[in-house]
Amino acid sequence: MIQVLAFYLFAALTIASATLVIMARNPVHSVLWLIVAFFNAAGLMVLVGAEFIAMLLVIVYVGAVAVLFLFVVMMLDIDFAELRAGFVKNFPLGMLIAVVLAAELVLGIGAYRAGSLELGTPDGSAAPLLGKSNIESIGALLYTKYLFLFESAGIILLVAMIGAIVLTHRERKGTRPQIISKQVRRRPEDATVNVKPEVGQGVQL
Amino acid sequence: MDFAASLKLIAPELLMSVSGLVLLLVSAWVGDKASRAISVAAAVVLGACFFLVAPAVCSGASGPDTLAFGGQFSADAFAGLAKLMIFAAGGAALVIAPAFFERFNAMRAEYPVLILFAVLGMSIMVSARDLITLYIGLELNSLAAYVLAAFLRTDDRSAEAGLKYFVLGALASGILLFGMSLTYGFTGTTSFEGIRVALNGEMAMGALFGLIFMLAGLAFKISAVPFHMWTPDVYEGAPTPVTAFFASAPKVAALALTMRVTLEAFGAQDDAWRQIVIFAAIASIVIGALGAIGQSNLKRLLAYSSINNVGFILIGLAAGTPAGASAMLVYLAIYVAMTVGGFVAVLMLKDENGNSVEAIADIAGLSRTRPALAFCLMLVMFSLAGIPPLFGFWGKFVVFQAAVNAGFVALAAIGIAASVIGAFYYIKVVKVMYFDEPADVVKGESDWAHWALLAISALAISPLGYLLTPWLGNLADKAAAVLFLGV
Repeated sequence: MIQVLAFYLFAALTIASATLVIMARNPVHSVLWLIVAFFNAAGLMVLVGAEFIAMLLVIVYVGAVAVLFLFVVMMLDIDFAELRAGFVKNFPLGMLIAVVLAAELVLGIGAYRAGSLELGTPDGSAAPLLGKSNIESIGALLYTKYLFLFESAGIILLVAMIGAIVLTHRERKGTRPQIISKQVRRRPEDATVNVKPEVGQGVQL
Repeated sequence: MDFAASLKLIAPELLMSVSGLVLLLVSAWVGDKASRAISVAAAVVLGACFFLVAPAVCSGASGPDTLAFGGQFSADAFAGLAKLMIFAAGGAALVIAPAFFERFNAMRAEYPVLILFAVLGMSIMVSARDLITLYIGLELNSLAAYVLAAFLRTDDRSAEAGLKYFVLGALASGILLFGMSLTYGFTGTTSFEGIRVALNGEMAMGALFGLIFMLAGLAFKISAVPFHMWTPDVYEGAPTPVTAFFASAPKVAALALTMRVTLEAFGAQDDAWRQIVIFAAIASIVIGALGAIGQSNLKRLLAYSSINNVGFILIGLAAGTPAGASAMLVYLAIYVAMTVGGFVAVLMLKDENGNSVEAIADIAGLSRTRPALAFCLMLVMFSLAGIPPLFGFWGKFVVFQAAVNAGFVALAAIGIAASVIGAFYYIKVVKVMYFDEPADVVKGESDWAHWALLAISALAISPLGYLLTPWLGNLADKAAAVLFLGV
């Protein structure tokens, strides 16, 4: 009973916050509603027993993607009111796309139900460990069977990082960075001078 | 599978990744002053990997002893032979780069590191016996390649090449992934072995779609028609040493990967992919030959030439026999020598200020001002055209022979007819160099490393190369046999 209640709670909140994402006037509010939608979707994933995907949703989507969206929204000067103009004009096209997508869903599910789709049988090499959570199962696979690929994927990320730095990093001339050791080494006598100006004269430096 | 044995099999890859990481630290610490030293070190690492791989190639290694990590990675003779070509081409890209980039004050220590990681990705690609390994290797190579294409940041054309390559490459990766997910869905496994077993007999419609999408993604990577549009723009815009790299090593890797996917994973369904490969082969040969005619830039001309050559190599794949696969490997080895030679010669065309000369009109009468350079460029052009005394002819010959023996006479005839069209523009370059009035633009000098590389490739494609044919043919036969073990 509690599961059914939780399901309808998370599902309703997901749909409501997703609607608010596109209805909100302020783009920052849109992103915040998106984060609410992600959290509720994560709740749905926990309900179906996919806690790893729930964690991914929170860590990757809330932690990285949504924050990135916030950055874009806040840093770039985009006139969202202008982007949203022409809603009535584009409405028929949007409806058409929605109908096509809905028809595809119906067709796809219908074909699957009719049994005309013969999928392959998994070879069982990636079967989950009995009695373990799926996080443990994924970890056991990643660090044994797929160790080589996992480590290689790490090198791909490293290459992406090198690429971003190579393409954007520039040596700037004339910057004055803080050199802490130099600051600490500096004695009062290097920095101050004792002068005795004549009456009616300025200080000569 | 024993873990230690797996590690021993991936020794070249381990060496490359560890030394890549170390060199990256050195480049971060010492800075761009160390670029030349790091290039030399990276070249030494590639040389060491070359000798690590060579024994497996010579002994024709195959079977379960060459499988690492539960069959995801295979260090067999086929992968080994492809790796030898990749390491050689990568080494050449390291040797020719510093002099070029230093002219623009743009030599950076990350260049050799990126080349090293790109080569690592390619060596994972050619060893792939699993869809995930395939994708990881391909992406590692592609990501490094996108950055390398845009490496000359001050040049707008280089940035444009990098962006174009990135956007189109990402699209191709997406198509490939879609095909892979369909294949996985309809076969239930990601290993090539398992896919072959699952597809024995009738092929499901979904698996056919998966095959087609995968071939489309791979055709982009080997720049076969109709997925070739990016090639001339990227090859023209990218810095010339990087173009030389793009035209040689990734082509070998992607073609070897295509062979593995078609002959190993989909080996039981050769009728399904043969018509696609035949279409891509004929279209690449014809469009590569016709497109090159109007070009006035040498790099664009060589780009179309590479499209044209990929078409010839695919004829060997269309045959689908061990002889065809062996012919492809022989052609690839000759192609690498011709491409490296061609691009090194283009790199050596410099005006008196040291700027690159790329227009065909500017090399008019090169034979009178620079006889040695003109002679080498002539050898490359004649060899690419497949004119008999030169080694390029041998590659075309073995490919056509394999196709005729497999019963594809019409395909071979079309290929031979189109290679005559292709000969026109290669010979046009030779005519401009030898019979036109000297334009007297090429005046810059090149260092000994360029001359040495040019001499090596010129020797390899000269008639002397025929001395290598028994040895090369034997290695290629042993390597190609690996792909047909499961049949």
